[in-house]
Amino acid sequence: MMTSGEELAAVAVADLRVRRGGGVVLPGISLAVARGVVTGLLGPSGCGKTTLMRAIVGVQRIESGTVRVLGEPAGSPSLRARVGYVTQAPSVYPDLTIRENLRYFARVLGAPSSEVDAVLATVRLKGEADRSVGRLSGGQRARVSLAAALLGEPEVLVLDEPTVGLDPLLRRELWGTFHALAADGVALLVSSHVMDEAAHCDQLLLMRGGALVATGTPAALRERTGVEDLSEVFVRLIEQREMART
Amino acid sequence: MSARSTLATAARVLTQLRHDHRTIALVLVVPSVLLTLLRYLFDGQPETFDRVAGPMLGLFPFLIMFLITSITMLRERTSGTLERLMTMPIAKLDLLGGYAIAFALLAAAQAAIVSAVAFWLLGLDVAGSPATVIGLAVANAVLGMALGLLVSAFASTEFQTVQFMPAIVLPQLLLCGLFVPRERMAEALEVASDFLPLTYAFEALQAVTEDGAAIGDLGLEIGVVAGATVLALVLGASTLRRRTA
Repeated sequence: MMTSGEELAAVAVADLRVRRGGGVVLPGISLAVARGVVTGLLGPSGCGKTTLMRAIVGVQRIESGTVRVLGEPAGSPSLRARVGYVTQAPSVYPDLTIRENLRYFARVLGAPSSEVDAVLATVRLKGEADRSVGRLSGGQRARVSLAAALLGEPEVLVLDEPTVGLDPLLRRELWGTFHALAADGVALLVSSHVMDEAAHCDQLLLMRGGALVATGTPAALRERTGVEDLSEVFVRLIEQREMART
Repeated sequence: MSARSTLATAARVLTQLRHDHRTIALVLVVPSVLLTLLRYLFDGQPETFDRVAGPMLGLFPFLIMFLITSITMLRERTSGTLERLMTMPIAKLDLLGGYAIAFALLAAAQAAIVSAVAFWLLGLDVAGSPATVIGLAVANAVLGMALGLLVSAFASTEFQTVQFMPAIVLPQLLLCGLFVPRERMAEALEVASDFLPLTYAFEALQAVTEDGAAIGDLGLEIGVVAGATVLALVLGASTLRRRTA
């Protein structure tokens, strides 16, 4: 089971309600993200994953509920150097080279410039470091954005669809990187709308329509539904829920 | 606030400019070309040229920095880099200060080049010191930057941003006294011009170029330009939100 104690959880969300663009995106969600594991936030596009992640990094205006990160209210100034965030669209400067981008973010974070080379190696972009970001492919840009979030040794990493559109081999390497970071005690929350990715996660949060459908390890969820394939697991869990309601 | 983040931002903005050769060339060359045009427009009327071109020297940086800043800041907002920065330990004033330093340096380069062309090649003759004109030009550039920053919050596309140039800048330019002395305007317009910062920027330049005023004589004008800059920066900073809907 997932640890939900305030002490152990890196992220604790309680009764979070968010309204965006006139509609209620999150009607009141509660969840916890543990340190030292990779937690997958899975669900179809538009189910509220990004809004939830924005609330956790403290850039989302919320209506009610609480979001605590490392024991402090989300978005607190003291968290700004401890939480790394990768948005779905790569948020880096297209008119700078990869290295110039990372050097700037490292300076803002107060991280040593040696870290720039380290994160470049992590995302396998060392050879491209002096290329302009505007000339990179979409997948390469996404890796630059990810590299920027890895700077400054964050304790919590919130990654919105970081592996979309990446080469399968690279995707596997990145999941390896995520697990290595988790082994160092980092809490990772990784979203995806592709169910295949769920198998890479230690813990899963399955989301639909702004609410959690199920939580648990992939093995536990497989056992609960009696099917192997994780997309099928998701379908069964939704069906079970609908049936319980009627 | 931290000097580290401010200087890092200034260096980053200058690096972005350095990669954009065409913009640099346009920023540095176009004012000189326009002034040359003016020189031959008033061919045979050197007094008129002196009267118009002197203050113009100090107003170019205002126009160009307004445009550049409003677009750069809009890009920062729409590309997600502003949101990323707002999750990082950087103060809003560090970000704005970084922009101000970078663009003030660019403005100084622009003003120096256009002054060199005007004074040496075009025979521009002003009563006061050229250095004072350049100093005022840089101050006006920072005012333009601060206003550009503020309006970028009210545009959602670059297309809209460009429209703020005729909406915000052109009326100030028309009313500042450059084209028609203010006392000859309809009274309502003259009163309106009292409230526009560019009026004071122009009057300072005019006092230097026509009456040979020194910095010390321009307390009111410089005070208004500086005050308007600070006001626009503070309002601009309030539009940089860490939390959005």
